[in-house]
Formats: sequence, structure tokens, C-alpha cells
Amino acid sequence: MTQNFDIPEIRTPENLVYKKTSVLTDNVLHYCPGCGHGTTHRLIAEVIEEMGIQSEVIGVAPVGCSVMAYNYFDIDMQEAAHGRAPALATAIKRVFPEKFVFTYQGDGDLAAIGTGETIHACNRGENITIIFINNAIYGMTGGQMAPTTLPDMPTSTCPYGRDVKIMGNPLKITELLAMLPGTYYVTRQAVHSPALVRRAKKAIRMAFENQKLDRGVSFIEIVSNCNSGWKLTPVQAIKWLEENMLPFYPLGDLKVNGELVKKSE
Amino acid sequence: MAKVQGDVVIDIEQCKGCELCNVACPLNVLAISAEVNSKGYHYAIKVNGNCNGCSNCAVVCPDGVITVYRAKV
Repeated sequence: MTQNFDIPEIRTPENLVYKKTSVLTDNVLHYCPGCGHGTTHRLIAEVIEEMGIQSEVIGVAPVGCSVMAYNYFDIDMQEAAHGRAPALATAIKRVFPEKFVFTYQGDGDLAAIGTGETIHACNRGENITIIFINNAIYGMTGGQMAPTTLPDMPTSTCPYGRDVKIMGNPLKITELLAMLPGTYYVTRQAVHSPALVRRAKKAIRMAFENQKLDRGVSFIEIVSNCNSGWKLTPVQAIKWLEENMLPFYPLGDLKVNGELVKKSE
Repeated sequence: MAKVQGDVVIDIEQCKGCELCNVACPLNVLAISAEVNSKGYHYAIKVNGNCNGCSNCAVVCPDGVITVYRAKV
């Protein structure tokens, strides 16, 4: 019998500090336990709620683990063909220029099959927000090697680790996109610790605010974990992420207000 | 000095037992239960009354199952 530590007398509306946002529906997320997709969904929903734009935002769902993102957001959403979310978002934004349009894509969608659409949408400087979840693997289909897979990282299609001589180098698409003139805000964030989640939320807020300025693409990469693809428990996975992913994909802003951020080191 | 007392409410039916809240909690209030919910996940439970309502657990929870309250007592 477990002891009860509930304090029901302080559970009043004026003492409420944190509650799941109403922009997310009550559907249980289908993601694996501990997946960064859930946290990112919640951050986007919180930003939409804070800005009061629930009726003015249109999301574009990708193909991948987050293919059913439209079940979880209580906003207008559209499903795109694999990798074509930036092209679809371009069309939506041009037809409804007053709406806030964002795409939500994984690394297999954005950096593999959709590289062309992504690069051209960013180069044209479409006034959209792109949220890119990078977990270095194809999570949905069983943990195959993705363009963003780290060197020597084992996956189900390279079980002895990614040999860059045979399989090529990982694609740092965020650095690539920061070089394009059409991007206005490019940043890389993570969501595995409370401080990083709060910072990522500020970045997402800024990306949505930038759409009012009509200056170009706001691109946010979220370095995330894939516990089932990496064959680790959630707690082991965030440790692995800190030790391996973050040195290769360093966090921070790459481009702010259309200007490249100079690295101090 | 006023003491801050917090409380968390966990929706145990939506919890998937990923333990990220246990790692994020600075006061070790949360742990994983021995029992399972209707989906077979070991859910998060409170194991002491030290919570100060910092909401770190709720901020990292991927499924948004934690509601946080904080009051001065």
C-alpha cells in the first residue's frame, strides 16, 4: 500500500502553475514513451495558445512518426506527401498570407526525400515556420539509417555503425539552410531537460512572431531522442543524446534577424 | 519566510512511464510505481511531500500528463 502525499487543499485554480494546453486534443499521443515529439507538440500548442492564434494557424503534417500530428492539435492542419510539406506550406501561405503557417517534419522527411523542397522553399524566402525534429534515424519504419545519422552510429541498416567512406557523411541541413539568403531565423534546440525545453519554447515563439514581419523562413531544428530506434530506455537515450548528438549538432542560434551568428570559438 | 508548497496531479491513465519527470525533479518527489495502468505502463507516482511546484516535471513530460499547483503556506 503506497502512502498518499496528495495535498488537495492547494489544488485550486489560483494556485495552478502548469496545465496541459487546450490547443492539444485529449487524444493519447501514439509516440513511444519519452519521445521528444510529444514535448515539441506541446510547446507549439502552448505558443499558439499564448499568441491567441488558434483560429489563424495552419499546420502541415509530414510523413514519419508525426504523420498523425493532426489528431493532436486542435487547429487546422493539412497532411503533405512525403517530404513535400514546405511546398504545401508555400501554397497555403500564398493563398492565405494573413494566416500563420508551419510545417512539422522529421529528419527522414525534411533532410532526405524532401531536401529539394526544403532548400528551395528556404531559398525563395517563403514566410513560413519549419519545425524540424532531428533524431538521426528513421524511427517510424524501424530505425534505418537517415541522412542525419552520426558517423559510426549503429542503425538497423548499418548494424556495424555508419561508415562514412561507404555511406557518406551526415547532412547538417540546418547549417546548410542558414547560408541561404531566404532564411530569416535559423536555430537548433533540444527538449530533453527543463531548461532546454523553456529555451526551445522561446525559439518557437520567435519563429511564429517572425511571420508577422514577412522576412523569410524561420527554421527550428529540435535535436530529439528516438528511444526505440536507438534501443535504449528514455533516460539512457537522453544521456546518449547529450554525449553523442550534441557535440555533432551543437545547440544555439545560427541565424538571427537575417544575420549569421558568429561563433566565438 | 513563507514556505512554498507544491502539488502535482498525474493522469496515470495517460502516463507512459518514461521516467523523464523523475530525472527532471530536483527534490526527488517522483518515482515509478510498481503497479501498472490499464495499458500496462508503470506510471509516475509521488513518493514524498517535498514538492515546491517548480513544474520541471510537467515541462519535460512528453505526454503532458502532469498538472502542477503551488501555494504559499
